[in-house]
Amino acid sequence: MSDLSQALSLALELVVTLDPQMLGIVRLSVLVSGSAVLLAALIGLPLGAVLALSAFPGRGALVVMLNAFMGLPPVVVGLGVYLLLSRAGPLGEAGLLFTPAAMVVAQTLLVLPIVAALSRQVVADLWEEYGEQLRSLGVSGLGRMATLLWDGRFSLLTAVLAGFGRAAAEVGAVMIVGGNIKGVTRTMTTTIALETSKGDLALALGLGLILIALVTGVNAAVFLVGQWARRRMG
Amino acid sequence: MRAPDTILPLELERVGFAVGGRPLLDDITLRLEAGVRTIILGPNGAGKSLLLRLCHGLLAPSDGSVRWHGAMAGEPVRRRQAMVFQRPVLLRRSAVANVRYVLALGGVPWRRRGALAMEALERFGLAALAQRPARVLSGGEQQRLALARAWAAGPDVLFLDEPTSALDPAAALSVEMAVQEFHASGTKIVMTTHDLGQARRLADEVVFLSRGRLVELAPAVEFFKGPASPQARAFLAGELVC
Repeated sequence: MSDLSQALSLALELVVTLDPQMLGIVRLSVLVSGSAVLLAALIGLPLGAVLALSAFPGRGALVVMLNAFMGLPPVVVGLGVYLLLSRAGPLGEAGLLFTPAAMVVAQTLLVLPIVAALSRQVVADLWEEYGEQLRSLGVSGLGRMATLLWDGRFSLLTAVLAGFGRAAAEVGAVMIVGGNIKGVTRTMTTTIALETSKGDLALALGLGLILIALVTGVNAAVFLVGQWARRRMG
Repeated sequence: MRAPDTILPLELERVGFAVGGRPLLDDITLRLEAGVRTIILGPNGAGKSLLLRLCHGLLAPSDGSVRWHGAMAGEPVRRRQAMVFQRPVLLRRSAVANVRYVLALGGVPWRRRGALAMEALERFGLAALAQRPARVLSGGEQQRLALARAWAAGPDVLFLDEPTSALDPAAALSVEMAVQEFHASGTKIVMTTHDLGQARRLADEVVFLSRGRLVELAPAVEFFKGPASPQARAFLAGELVC
């Protein structure tokens, strides 16, 4: 019990004094997950809109797959990216394995199905409401996508931030493709896993607190933006 | 290629529309000319809204043909029509941005959109609400905004599908006045309504539908004075017709 309280007070000390080693880890985590979510949004939002608005053979199967992949196990994604990027793999030449770039790739793949599937749903629901009006106005296919993505911007922001929460909290994928190298590819989650197994609970707990605060903050932001948007935009 | 001055007349020839083998509209042949306000009347379920959608091209007929000015069809013709729905669908942005959206679609240069959008809003008494989000306007204001948006597109034909049925009398009256503005500016009006008083005020010509069939197409004066068909007589007398 005293071990735990000691660890907790040490953890709080690390947080309050903004320990540079800890800050570096937090910074890398946010950078990696942030870049992954940005990439996933750039691909996933238009992809979701296309899936919602166009009919082509195999569309149904793709939607089912995307929905299923929302729950993809991070370690499996990590393994897949590892095989792709390892020396002997098809993309081994690039030498990306065990770099932050590899972690971004893995997390992008992890988040992409979430962003794409949720934005497909958002755009499809909006189309139910807007479809006749937009066809009446003679809006072209690309115009429809742009219009619905913009009009669904608040719901889509929620989808994107949900993706960020998942990326920031996962450990399996970044562990495998990043390698948890101190000062290079060590994120909050991989550090927590490592330090806990080493029995050094202070840093693990400190990072755990920050991680929870971060995810809570993001969710609070989602909530507030949603409320504001409903009040303001109807 | 220069487009002709008007896409009218609109001609329907033996138009039918069926869903799952069940005919909802059957054998409709009619011709709508420019300059005449056409009001489509009929009991609930007669196919009024359906007929508007077929005319506007939102639905494709299962039988027969819809022709604008002889043969034209497709997107250029659609661009010269506008439709105002029973419940206006406005974009989640400001009132003026809703009008600018339509101007952008019509290829109006960016610099001229602001002034044109404000002009359209002013015409329908919405200038003071220009910056307000469209979705939080009242029902009547939303419908007037839908009309302003249609105005900005400068259509040859304006379809209106029961535009006042969800509005209170004052808001309904302002919509009627807006319809008159369109008419005065030379836009062809084709409108459905179930408000007979409104029909009398606005109609030059009445299309009367019953059970998916065209029963009468007559000048409004004649139709309201003495309808030729028993269905229309019963309808005007306020009896239950289907």
